[in-house]
Amino acid sequence: MHKDQRTYSHVVTQATIVMNDNVRKPEVVASESATMPASATASATATAPATASSPSDSHAVTVKRNAGMPLDSGLVERVRINRSAADRRISALSGRRSVKKDAQAAWLLKAITCMDLTTLNGDDTEGRVRRLCAKAANPVRQDLLQAMGMEPRRITTAAVCVYHRFVPTAVSALQGSGIPVAAVSTGFPAGLIPHHLKLQEIEASVAAGAREIDIVITREHVLTGNWQALYAEMKDYREACGDAHVKAILATGDLKTLNNIARASLVCMMAGADFIKTSTGKESVNATLPITMIMLRMIRQYQMLTGFLVGHKPAGGVSKAKDALSYLALVKEELGDAWLTPELFRFGASSLLGDIERQLEHHVDGAYSAHHRHPIG
Amino acid sequence: MNVANYFDTMSYGPAPESDTEARQWLATHQDGFGHFINGEFTGVSDKNFDTFEPATGTVLARISMAQQADIDAAVKSARAAQTGWAEQSGHARAKVLYALARIIQRHARLIAVVEALDNGKPIRETRDIDIPLAARHFYHHAGWAQLQGSEFPDHSAIGVVGQIIPWNFPFLMMAWKIAPALALGNTVVLKPAEYTSLTALLFAELAATAGLPDGVLNIVTGDGKSGAMLVEHTEVDKIAFTGSTAVGKWIRQATAGSGKSLTLELGGKSPFIVFEDADLDAAVEGVVDAIWFNQGQVCCAGSRILVQEGVAEDFHARLRLRMSRLRLGQPLDKCIDMGSLVAPVQLQRVEAMVQQGVEAGATLYQPDIEIPSGGSFYPPTLLSDADPTSSVVCEEIFGPVVVSMTFRTFDEAIALANHTRYGLAASVWSESVNQSLEVAAALEAGIVWINTTNAMDASVGFGGRKESGFGREGGREGCLDYLKPDAWMKAPMRIDPEGVALATKGGSFAMDRTAKLFIGGRQARPDGNYSRAVASPTGERLGDVGEGNRKDIRNAVEAARGAASWSSKTAHNRAQILYYLAENLSIRDVEFAARIRAMTGATAKQAQAEVEASISRLFSYGAWADKFEGAVHLPPIKGVTLALPEAQGVVGVICPTEAPLLGFISLVAPLLAMGNRCVVVPSEASPLSATDFYQVLETSDVPAGVINIVTGNALELADTLSKHNDVDALWAFGGPTMTRLVEEQSAGNLKRVWSGFDRQIDWLDSRVGEGREFLNRATDIKNIWVPYGE
Repeated sequence: MHKDQRTYSHVVTQATIVMNDNVRKPEVVASESATMPASATASATATAPATASSPSDSHAVTVKRNAGMPLDSGLVERVRINRSAADRRISALSGRRSVKKDAQAAWLLKAITCMDLTTLNGDDTEGRVRRLCAKAANPVRQDLLQAMGMEPRRITTAAVCVYHRFVPTAVSALQGSGIPVAAVSTGFPAGLIPHHLKLQEIEASVAAGAREIDIVITREHVLTGNWQALYAEMKDYREACGDAHVKAILATGDLKTLNNIARASLVCMMAGADFIKTSTGKESVNATLPITMIMLRMIRQYQMLTGFLVGHKPAGGVSKAKDALSYLALVKEELGDAWLTPELFRFGASSLLGDIERQLEHHVDGAYSAHHRHPIG
Repeated sequence: MNVANYFDTMSYGPAPESDTEARQWLATHQDGFGHFINGEFTGVSDKNFDTFEPATGTVLARISMAQQADIDAAVKSARAAQTGWAEQSGHARAKVLYALARIIQRHARLIAVVEALDNGKPIRETRDIDIPLAARHFYHHAGWAQLQGSEFPDHSAIGVVGQIIPWNFPFLMMAWKIAPALALGNTVVLKPAEYTSLTALLFAELAATAGLPDGVLNIVTGDGKSGAMLVEHTEVDKIAFTGSTAVGKWIRQATAGSGKSLTLELGGKSPFIVFEDADLDAAVEGVVDAIWFNQGQVCCAGSRILVQEGVAEDFHARLRLRMSRLRLGQPLDKCIDMGSLVAPVQLQRVEAMVQQGVEAGATLYQPDIEIPSGGSFYPPTLLSDADPTSSVVCEEIFGPVVVSMTFRTFDEAIALANHTRYGLAASVWSESVNQSLEVAAALEAGIVWINTTNAMDASVGFGGRKESGFGREGGREGCLDYLKPDAWMKAPMRIDPEGVALATKGGSFAMDRTAKLFIGGRQARPDGNYSRAVASPTGERLGDVGEGNRKDIRNAVEAARGAASWSSKTAHNRAQILYYLAENLSIRDVEFAARIRAMTGATAKQAQAEVEASISRLFSYGAWADKFEGAVHLPPIKGVTLALPEAQGVVGVICPTEAPLLGFISLVAPLLAMGNRCVVVPSEASPLSATDFYQVLETSDVPAGVINIVTGNALELADTLSKHNDVDALWAFGGPTMTRLVEEQSAGNLKRVWSGFDRQIDWLDSRVGEGREFLNRATDIKNIWVPYGE
């Protein structure tokens, strides 16, 4: 660990991973304990599943919220990311980690439970949102779940993600399902409305029942290296969210370089983000595996620094089942199994579910499927 | 395991590649394999051996063991086919190579599966790396065949090439060797490694449809003894070998004096340098690619981590965590990082070396991961804080074991990196372009990767420095190692010089002059304090020169080693000095011509011509100094690969007896132009032109130690120079007896020996007496890979 990084280990609040499976320890504990300061080591305790936001996930985990830390601009500026090396790692990964047959079906179901089923379009209506919520609660045909022996698991998506205007609609549509509503906020997608209106928007969404808020950062702060401003902004968002979890959208397509993305990731985590998320889905380049890999590495660095486990959400452009497998494998490789839960990993997606459904049907009966064989969302 | 179990554990399931087609192919050869000679397979020999599947230890196939008669038949068929093959148009050869590339692609999966079974390496590597790159070698070299006429005018194929390849990349190395040889009109007898012959035999079968004339490609299987027969075969014109340094040295000795060309790609202990401004996670992933690629059985593996002290703890922590997520498994599992070592004997060797390292005080780390049972599996291993004197730091382990040490500053990193007998490759991790390029320039290695590692391509020469061997394979530079210059080949063979004439008559001098030696920029009395008389052809004593001995050579080499700054001077600066030498020589042209006449009996006109040619030659190399450029290769990466000709370093020069001035200048000037420092033994019979040259050197700003001149018995001094382990190259133009001696003795440190093909060229003829042939020999190409992207 870097010399300067040690300073923080004593102020760290202990992160706790609670898992319902006490046989398999969280990988972060098993493999990193030797390298982490004792006070920053996550500890595993076997308890009953906590009241996780995704009741469908039998592998539920409760993660101690990221409390943030003082901004360390020096550490942020020391970050160095090598683009070509990142690209090489990603291009080799699919050859190193292939997931087939039953394991593949299970991973795809996991992907669904980690999905923020999303609609963020100018032509959204209440009707459209209700339809989406129905799909979120029943994302996979029951006969398929039955065939895979997964019927008792109550597979649902992790959340439904909408604009503030549709939060009440979604909250009502999801009543009783346990599925939380996430609202994009802070002048999504550009994030250039006045700061006080951003905070008001967050508060309004939380008041309307949103349990997760996806904020957008002011890209200018990153592009000009104004880390203090980014930190202050993010801190305000976190505070405005209260108990609602906050996902910081970096709009990575606008930040362009992996160095910018890595630095913005660290600053947002220092300011208390619960998740760091790639994109609004509106930039010309959205989620990519190299970008996710770099953000995951920053999450690991932040964990080594503070002990907190921060989540990650790739969004926009993840539309194929095969892509979802690659993302899950990448998370498993870079951060370990502890992150393979909706508490710490989400896909922001709208069309991914349809492709997964088709693959699952293929897995069950061996014949290639068609979209119209699965209920519309 | 069912879906629910996987859902709960999120573990990887098995992802096996099918081996059905590969097993079917093997089943059609259940009686065993013969050799592929003259376009057809021989029957299975009575002398045969089994080849095993390393991951399970089960027998895969029975293979013939080549005996002398088999080697003879293969060489004979290659010899018979060579002229016809070379006489085919470049286009005709290009079409055959193109067909071979296409054939590999058509059968890529079968080859990949057979290779993984036979070698034990993961299917990912054979499928995604080895086989595609093998096809690329044939594509790339189809191009060189097509362009041979225009790009390599006045050069011809060497002839019959014996190629011996290792077991770590059986199919890829075969392509790497065969493609350039065939492209340029050579014919081939190739011997795959004993452990891994199957894909070469499969290739021979598949290649039957490529239109390859009979005898152009012959494949014989066998062990080291079969290989030795090929090496020693008198009808073989060149040996290209990839394998261990020990065997490479034996080949150097075994071929000494035979006139065989030689390319040796040998071992390495390549440094992997991590600076504090590196992307540490990227560097950790680089280590995975460096040492856990192909189970570490890679000659250019980054096996020696040098990490800057300030980030060493952090880097090691990240590395150990990364190691804990590596997966070992069956070679055909598509969800693994590492397979099996190639054979139990390799496993035992690796285990023993790691044991030694631990006993020598290194800290062992092996992750607690699942290791398959059966087969030769060995876990990824990190030996940190290894003692620099321990064998694991100095010797090649050739397994999944990396040692690590720390450094303080970039110059210490360079010193540690270069402090090895090897010089194959190096990997530099830094986000600073200034630091990484400066280090890349200073590393003594044939290949330098900046922020990457183990990148290879057919367009980029592969090969090492120092005891990692010599010659390049791939790219334009690699083509030159399969060609010979026509002008030289037309010249008569050089014969051993007659004994030096004795002075029978005293000379008359206005003032007594006894030339000393010239060492470290000063005229130095010979260590033995003996001198020898120099006689004219008629026996008249012309003067005396020092009788140099081995200690004078030692001193001269030390002076040359110390003059390292010459190599880093700008080309312009070196050009200035070469021009200045010419200028100062021309001032004294009459005197030098007279000396040549007196020593050789040349006519005034001839002597004048030699002096004028010498002045012109100095100008030529002054001109070349900043024009013998490198290249930017075009491998399929985003980035640039810089091919830089670099000085060999300290070069011994044994001048020919004839042309006492021009012979001396013709050898020394190209070496100087390229930044070498020389220890020169002038013409034994006529050394006074060189000793007269001291004053030219002293008045021309040549830095001390750049040229050192030791007069005396050429064969004795060549003997010392060829054995000297701090001499990087030796140009010996003393005839076949000397060539045999120095080639044999050069094996000590594998210094590059050049004897001018033992030809007696006309030094006055600038078409043969100067130019690129000399400059190529005066340099080694270093390829620096610089991928970029923000």
